[in-house]
Amino acid sequence: MAATRKPKLAVWKFASCDGCQLSLLDCEDELLAVAGAVEIANFPEASRAVVKGPYDISLVEGSITTPHDAERIHQVRRASGILITIGACATAGGIQALRNFRNIKELVPMVYPTPAYIETLNKSTPIADHVFVDFELRGCPISKHQLVETLCALLNGRKPNTPTYSVCLECKRRGIVCVMVAHGTPCLGPVTQAGCGAICPAYQRGCYGCFGPKETPNTAALSALWGQLGARDGDIMRAFRSFNAYAEPFRRESEAHEK
Amino acid sequence: MKNRVVKVDYLARVEGESALHVRIRDRKVADVKLKVFEPPRLFEAFLRGRRFHEAPDITARICGICPVAYQMSSCHAMEDAFGVTVGGPLRELRRLLYCGEWIESHVLHVYLLHAPDFLGYEDAIQMARKHGSAVLRGLKLKKVGNDIVTLLGGREIHPINVRVGGFYRVPTKKELRALIEPLKWARDAALETVEWTGGLKFPDFEQDYEFVALRHPDEYPFNEGRVVSNKGLDIAIREFENYIAEQQVAHSTALHAVVRGRGNYHVGPLARYNLNYDKLTPSAKAAARKAGIGPVCRNPFQSIIVRAVETLYACEEALRIIESYEMPDQPAVPIEPRAGIGYGCTEAPRGILYHRYRLDPTGQILDARIVPPTAQNQATIESDLRQFIPKRLNLPQDKLTWQCEQAIRNYDPCISCSCHFLKLHIERE
Repeated sequence: MAATRKPKLAVWKFASCDGCQLSLLDCEDELLAVAGAVEIANFPEASRAVVKGPYDISLVEGSITTPHDAERIHQVRRASGILITIGACATAGGIQALRNFRNIKELVPMVYPTPAYIETLNKSTPIADHVFVDFELRGCPISKHQLVETLCALLNGRKPNTPTYSVCLECKRRGIVCVMVAHGTPCLGPVTQAGCGAICPAYQRGCYGCFGPKETPNTAALSALWGQLGARDGDIMRAFRSFNAYAEPFRRESEAHEK
Repeated sequence: MKNRVVKVDYLARVEGESALHVRIRDRKVADVKLKVFEPPRLFEAFLRGRRFHEAPDITARICGICPVAYQMSSCHAMEDAFGVTVGGPLRELRRLLYCGEWIESHVLHVYLLHAPDFLGYEDAIQMARKHGSAVLRGLKLKKVGNDIVTLLGGREIHPINVRVGGFYRVPTKKELRALIEPLKWARDAALETVEWTGGLKFPDFEQDYEFVALRHPDEYPFNEGRVVSNKGLDIAIREFENYIAEQQVAHSTALHAVVRGRGNYHVGPLARYNLNYDKLTPSAKAAARKAGIGPVCRNPFQSIIVRAVETLYACEEALRIIESYEMPDQPAVPIEPRAGIGYGCTEAPRGILYHRYRLDPTGQILDARIVPPTAQNQATIESDLRQFIPKRLNLPQDKLTWQCEQAIRNYDPCISCSCHFLKLHIERE
């Protein structure tokens, strides 16, 4: 990155809900400052102007679900200096990875009257299954604080500070009473990566895992505890099989409880 | 230039991936296609086998821009199936949450996505150089909407606090009252927004639409009402599929929603406004009048004014709800699942969003159907372009292309929503 010009930022979308890139536009207080520090070179959700690549930083939202996108992600990689995946779709395949546990040929006709027209892959896969990823931001959606932190870190040549420990640490730090211990509410907090700020326990609800598995999660021990709280195998399977269903530790645990 | 092609390979400033292809032959519009190449995500398919209480969180992921709409439509559909009514303060809190989403989504569109077209900028960041105070007002106003959703829902995108029957946790009076001062500012800013949008230049483009929206006897519609139109439609939500059909049309491979026996229709702010004008607050009506629109507005370009008027309404409605709020004893109505079919339809910022679920006695979803607003508007967007282009054939290509984009953005289309059932059509010329 030459000191004389602003680094170019590009935002790319694959199969997703648009929510993670919306997080950038939801940085109401920081948006103009970010726009002042980088050149927004390709961000179709916000601008019709497109500046040619290569791009210093690419934010990639969404998972790979079509043959066309499986090709396109390589073009994005080639045009990008640092490639950051943002959100559960890009980092784990997203909710649409629920197809990975079923037969796609049975699923498509449930939605489309003429299934033959639909060109889609059997599996929804994370970006890192296709190209090298420099950094990932978890979440469904991502935390906009983590997004701003990551951009600031890169612009200043330091490592982003995004912890890989569990939601429990954030929860304790906020002084929230444990919903599982005190109320018997099943919670995925012990195996889920921090980053959201322990929102669900703060609203008296169990964490549902939208930031995906923490580093070295003990999912089996948590499942056993859920069982003591009255959760059945089907409940445990569905709990692990949601927005990060195809992230390895969650996938294995959900399969262990599949009939 | 008898034969021309207008192409937009990747439509910007909308949510999702789409392209426009217009073919002009002998100075006539031969073909208009709004192509959606957003990958299909198969939500209705993988909802099968999930539990009823999972639907609000799962369907929210169809759209990061209007997750509250998906949560509301799915909750109402489930409650319909189980014979549960959510009333009192819980109902009011749902309206408040929706106010937040309307403010956030409308202001995003007005300031960041649509206004740059009217003022000749590629985006709001470029627009900010000359119109800095307007853009800052927009960002701050949008933030108030997000603050409502965050307080009530836990976070602005994919809120976590909505459940079938109500909420996981309801706010205290004191927590809600913290929103009063920001909302008073927002009300004034929304009023300025109405005036500001009224000062934009609009092409003369009145169309004879069939407007379709919810209508409720007592209030401007969010969650409940009958589905009505200005051409005689007046049905209960559960009758939706008897009157609305999705057709495959010859010129396009995408499914288009039509009123059976009549044709395409228009949903969204303009439809709501025309069908529910009498339910707006006096100040919202007065602001609209001052900005140059009366009780009837058929120019889709003026939807930007209507979004501003609805933003003003949402600020006033939010203030009313907060000021009269009494904390309920329970955060949610108890739910007893039973077998049946449930229907829900609520007013997403972009128009009516219909959900239908069939459930087994344990509350397991047997099948699901979701009809998002952009899917309903797609045929109308194309018909607008067929009317819009012929009078502008003398424009240079780049100007004509930009004006076509603007005409599509009138609908604030959310392609991410529409994709999950539209045919995938990859064609990047």
